Amino acid sequence: MDERSPGPPTRRLVLFTTAGLGLAAFTRPAAATPAAMDEAIRALVASAMVKPGRVKLELPPIVENGNTVPLTVTVDSPMSETDYVAGIHIFNEKNPQPYVAAFDLGPRAGKAVVSIRIRLADSQQVVAIARLNDGSFWSDSADVVVTLAACAEG
Amino acid sequence: MARVLINVPAQAKRGEIIEIKTLIAHPMETGYRLGPTGAAIPRDIINRFTCSYNGEEVFRAEFFPAIAANPFIAFFTVATESGQIVFSWTDDHGETQTEIRQITVE
Repeated sequence: MDERSPGPPTRRLVLFTTAGLGLAAFTRPAAATPAAMDEAIRALVASAMVKPGRVKLELPPIVENGNTVPLTVTVDSPMSETDYVAGIHIFNEKNPQPYVAAFDLGPRAGKAVVSIRIRLADSQQVVAIARLNDGSFWSDSADVVVTLAACAEG
Repeated sequence: MARVLINVPAQAKRGEIIEIKTLIAHPMETGYRLGPTGAAIPRDIINRFTCSYNGEEVFRAEFFPAIAANPFIAFFTVATESGQIVFSWTDDHGETQTEIRQITVE
């Protein structure tokens, strides 16, 4: 029988395929990718443009412990009845999930400022997106170097 | 009941923008860590936080496993009138913990 003729799978082929499947299953939960983050952002903003500006994302540039990283988002807005920030969304590139947190606020907030503490599994970029009541989206990003990653101890 | 720290000014002027800080004791188990047997430890996080001022919701947060253990939140609100500020945290099991603080507005 000719080697290249189509037919039942050879033993070699079966071995290669199963090895590939095993590898894929092993690497899958390791990290979200920048592409996964873009997809999550796209799901939020749909077809709207995300403009840089108005948002200030503050994170320490170098983090010793990725298990607790202070983060502050400040949005430049008068927070009046007619012009306010309706939501703040935070995304990351390399944690297992691209979404970090979402906040709903309104004119009653007075100031569009939120602080939290997050986990970072690796050195990466963090993105904050503000959703205004007029339907526009504004963003800022910050690059963080993480020395001790969250989830590293298993 | 988890331990909670809440920082709200007891008194404020009408229309003043006040800062509220809250912290609740919770492991925020991500679901990605492996236990001693090698099996994943099931996810157990607080996924929702809300703050209401005299019955009106003024702030809400949705959390994912990337929130650090013992979640801390700081945000602002306008002191409109004297009354109650109610905080509630809801976890993956659907259990909610609620705390109430009084504020006097002059």
